[in-house]
Amino acid sequence: MDEYLLRTMMFVPGNNPGMIRDAGIYGSDAVMFDLEDSVAVDQKDAARFLVREALATLEYDVPLLVVRINDPRTAWGKADLEAIVPLGRAAIRLPKTETAEDVRYCAQIIEEIEKASGLAAGTTKMMAAVESAEGVLNAREIACASPRLMGIALGAEDYVTNLKTTRSPEGTELMFGRSMILHAARAAGIAAIDTVYSDVDNEEGLRAETELIHQLGFDGKSVINPRQISVIHEVFTPSEKEVQKALAVMDAIREANAKGSGVISLNGKMIDKPVVERAKRALRLAAAMGTYPEEELG
Amino acid sequence: MMEKEGSGNYPGVYGEFREENAKKSSMTLKERSLHSPKVLKSIREAVERVGLKDGMTISFHHHFRNGDEVVNQVMDVIAEMGIKDLTIMASSLNEVHAPLIKHIKNGVVRRIETSGMRGELAEEISRGLMDQPVIFRSHGNRAYAISTGQVKIDVAFLGAPSSDPFGNCNGYSREDDNSISCGSLGYAKCDAEFADKVVILTNNIVPYPNAPFAIAEEFVDYVVLLERIGDPKGIMSGATRYTKNPKELVIARQAADAIEASGLLRKGFSMQMGSGGASLAVTRFLEEKMEEKGIWASFALGGITGSMVELFKKGYVRRILDVQSFDLVAAQSLKENRFHQQISAQYYASPANEGTAVNQLDIAVLSALEADVDFNVNVLTGADGAIRGAIGGHQDAAAGAALTVIVCPLTRGRIPCIVDRVSTLVTPGSTVDMIVTEFGVAVNPRRKELKERLEKAGIKTKDIHEFRNMAVNYTGQGDPIAYTDKVVGIVTYRDGSVIDRIYQLAEE
Repeated sequence: MDEYLLRTMMFVPGNNPGMIRDAGIYGSDAVMFDLEDSVAVDQKDAARFLVREALATLEYDVPLLVVRINDPRTAWGKADLEAIVPLGRAAIRLPKTETAEDVRYCAQIIEEIEKASGLAAGTTKMMAAVESAEGVLNAREIACASPRLMGIALGAEDYVTNLKTTRSPEGTELMFGRSMILHAARAAGIAAIDTVYSDVDNEEGLRAETELIHQLGFDGKSVINPRQISVIHEVFTPSEKEVQKALAVMDAIREANAKGSGVISLNGKMIDKPVVERAKRALRLAAAMGTYPEEELG
Repeated sequence: MMEKEGSGNYPGVYGEFREENAKKSSMTLKERSLHSPKVLKSIREAVERVGLKDGMTISFHHHFRNGDEVVNQVMDVIAEMGIKDLTIMASSLNEVHAPLIKHIKNGVVRRIETSGMRGELAEEISRGLMDQPVIFRSHGNRAYAISTGQVKIDVAFLGAPSSDPFGNCNGYSREDDNSISCGSLGYAKCDAEFADKVVILTNNIVPYPNAPFAIAEEFVDYVVLLERIGDPKGIMSGATRYTKNPKELVIARQAADAIEASGLLRKGFSMQMGSGGASLAVTRFLEEKMEEKGIWASFALGGITGSMVELFKKGYVRRILDVQSFDLVAAQSLKENRFHQQISAQYYASPANEGTAVNQLDIAVLSALEADVDFNVNVLTGADGAIRGAIGGHQDAAAGAALTVIVCPLTRGRIPCIVDRVSTLVTPGSTVDMIVTEFGVAVNPRRKELKERLEKAGIKTKDIHEFRNMAVNYTGQGDPIAYTDKVVGIVTYRDGSVIDRIYQLAEE
């Protein structure tokens, strides 16, 4: 099973102290502090300092903290890594990833910083955001580029501009990109995160888009406003029927284990591995919503 | 009340009948309305007729909030007439009342009693403008003091968006949809009933009878027609919308969950939601729960907003008891809906009244400027020690409700809101059951059983000291505020006792 649920990753501008402080109260699965596009050029140092201090001193009741750095080939990006990696507390999100080499370049710097700060090699996880046609076409190689990678994400705003189109409510223009990202992630065994939905007051639109990416197989979505979190979590919550079925599967496994039998069957049908995996995932999602007690996960 | 002017010398009970006393009037309704002796042309005339003298107490209501133009107009006339040493007994004062500063300086105003104050006036008073401290009273305490004669109002000057020539008046007009509107006149009702003299100030004289009315003619001595009594923009907005502030929504959702877990959310419950984004938003989450459970509330009380009216329309609230309407939707509903009842401050919250509406509350959700580890609440002074708020019905609802929930962010900017000791004690912790911040719920240790109910329902409660520690961790410990030993405000509890004192801010 994946280490983290990643239904929602909330973006928090790295130069907003109030939002940084409150980032943990909204119940997202991950929080991503941004040092890149939401921070103006003259605020880069201040944001880096703020985010580093927050990570070093504040408690967050959030399973996963992430920092989106500037391009690591720039002085800003290098300074970002030097400030964040030694804390050993946040994953690094690499923006505008175009090639596997981009990932390896960043991973190399991280490795050196980890060594210098006495952290175990590999402590720092990475995520790669793909935001261009080049990146989408290289998605598979990107997703496999480093064992540090825990996920690959689509950044649609830059991507559609690069495609010479704009985002539509139906998301037709993103079909290929989303499919590529998802397949690359699954082939590499890492998480696939969908892009943000920018119309924060349009709850219906957000729900429709989330239903689409949920059906495609994505792990979750990036979020730009805390109000979007509950909508996405609802879409990812299994129905009562799915939960009941998953529970029956888990019972069948326990029964088979008790008998010492290697064959698991339910209602006369053999249960194979994908069914077990789906059941486990359904229970985990249900537990995350509090609709099902975690201790009974089995 | 008015003397029986022009009605002859009555011989009294069992006196001899005298022909001249059986005076028949042949005036028609129209003639009477045209020649009503109560209608006066100016504030000056009213002040002369009521015989206002130095040292008297005059009262005002605050239903026009920051759009009020009554207090300033009346005080300017009184000042011109050279009357001095007055006590102002206002239900509350606002930013718009800054001109009172000059009347205090020139001796027209000697004392002030109010629920609260804001803006420049509050700032100046915090810095020692007045010789005598301001007395702060809750709405319940004010009604209590007035109705029991502890405070005698000599003249009440009450603004009303409509009145007929005999003083039957209302917080809206049935004749003219474009007139200004403030909805309920709940705080004014008490003054009208108990003041020696009552002057209604209106910009809209409507035909007799202006029924149904908020204040009846028998309580009214004079009606003054003015060009303006208030600015609609400052009185109320179209509709109070639910907050979109995500932090307030997090607080509100947690408060609603805790209320549900308390077990009090059952068919026929009663509620009051204080003003403020988070407390109003609790209503929205309670609605979801009421829908789920298929239940409704028997009544909603207090300051009423459009969101409460919506709940009524959907059948989730059976009665609305409205002492103060907060938006035009609420005011419109008061006008049109017979189950939306206007109530006086006395009915609402007076501790002298056993059946007072606040005592019938199951749930009250109230805001706070500051709360402390003993669950005491301050809604009156800011972090800089200056007066910037109002007691309102806070003490009353907290004491009356079976479950009192305080919603309050952990910090506002760099100011901690959960502290060791509130800078001004307004509502005692013994009347507060839980405090909800964006980081969770703390239950008053006096309510062990409530805490158990919450925990049983799966809500992990926090120790209030945890909140305090987190807040200080975020903001750091501020320097203590420097005061002189001069008292500028006396904070009373709802029974009239002194619960705290506000001291003059020391100049830097």
